[in-house]
Amino acid sequence: MKVTVTAFGIAKDILNKKQTEVEYSGTTVADLRQQLIQEFPEFAKLASLKFAVNTDYVNDDFVLNSNDEVVLIPPVSGG
Amino acid sequence: MTKEDQLRYSRQTIIPEFGEAGQEKLLASSVLVIGAGGLGAPILQYLTAAGIGRIGIVDFDEVSISNLQRQVLFNTHELGKSKAQTSKQKLSALNPATEFDVHELAINATNAMDLIEPYDLVVDGSDNLATRYLVNDACFLLNKPLIYGAIFRFEGQVSVFNALENGKRGPNYRDLFPTPPPPEMVPSCSEGGVIGVLPGIIGAMMASEAIKVLCQMGTTLSGKLFIFDALDFSTHTLNVPASADNPLSGKHPSITELIDYEAFCMGQVEDKAQAEVTVHQLQHMLEEGNVTLIDVREDYEYEIANLGGELIPLNKVLSRSEEIPTDGNVVVMCKMGGRSQKAIDLLKSKGYKNLKNLKGGIMAWRAEIDPELQSY
Repeated sequence: MKVTVTAFGIAKDILNKKQTEVEYSGTTVADLRQQLIQEFPEFAKLASLKFAVNTDYVNDDFVLNSNDEVVLIPPVSGG
Repeated sequence: MTKEDQLRYSRQTIIPEFGEAGQEKLLASSVLVIGAGGLGAPILQYLTAAGIGRIGIVDFDEVSISNLQRQVLFNTHELGKSKAQTSKQKLSALNPATEFDVHELAINATNAMDLIEPYDLVVDGSDNLATRYLVNDACFLLNKPLIYGAIFRFEGQVSVFNALENGKRGPNYRDLFPTPPPPEMVPSCSEGGVIGVLPGIIGAMMASEAIKVLCQMGTTLSGKLFIFDALDFSTHTLNVPASADNPLSGKHPSITELIDYEAFCMGQVEDKAQAEVTVHQLQHMLEEGNVTLIDVREDYEYEIANLGGELIPLNKVLSRSEEIPTDGNVVVMCKMGGRSQKAIDLLKSKGYKNLKNLKGGIMAWRAEIDPELQSY
């Protein structure tokens, strides 16, 4: 299954680009998180980040569909 | 409304959705703006121009030259002046009918409740994560709506927290970011950078949401996070549901009063009783030659002014920790003492026990020992 990951802030730095197509074998958001940590070990530091899928923030047990857009938005503090 | 008010606000009172009724609401309302910086500049200017009755300005800082690229309320002649006081002066000239309360202090867990309580709404333009959690929690505990905005490089986030809708309070910051990531994952403007126009865009959106919440007009960003990326001009608006696990507003609240937010954001709950040295103690140690000084600021800051310490920027202290002695006197410094504390907390996880923080950083050295040092 293929999903598009769109990353902001530090997540964009860790993934090296804003949008990445990710081919993955799991089903849930938690599986995708584990796969991202394996591919990009520094992503472990953002392990607590909530994922949004398409237009909604979801929980870790959310089941992804092919071609979903997964959006990663870490907190930023600048003002 | 006076005749002058009718003229002054005529361009907005002729809008059907706003009208004189909307203006009357703004004139009778009060807003606390936290941070008179990049976001604070447009927030304060537009809220003042719109006719908010009373505005509180919270900022402990002074205008420095690196602010001017984005903090367009200030000019080059005002370097070194109080941001809160200078803001009040400028804004009073813009709208003499607005009352201003100058709060020249850092908001913290001790003063936050008293500061926020007298206002109808809070707008958070602060610049660090601990303050963001603090303001969120205090607004929840006091039932105040909170306009949130934050910026990083080309990206800005906006939301409305804790707004009353259909008798229920909307989601808050902890529904979005339940747990803070490690400090090095949340860079400030001085560490990560920010394009100067971005706070203008995001701050103006925050002011617009504040006006809508006060006038109960239109549909706000309550329950949504808006994110804007100026680099590719893309926007996302994401639905943020209230979480049952939210420690403030969830089913089983565990936070019923303000906590230690610095410790919370450092990922430690225990008391952070931490050895500090003053600039005078450091001066003595440097004269004796028995101290290693580690400077965790960025390269460009070091070039502006330094005390001859070894430069290891905060985001490199872990990867370059072999350059930091594990015994003997080691003092860690930055601009004001915040980042060096973070560096020490990070290094503690590697077993360091000999690190001391320079209280007040190089700015304290400048204030108390060497006024010739370049400020920035």
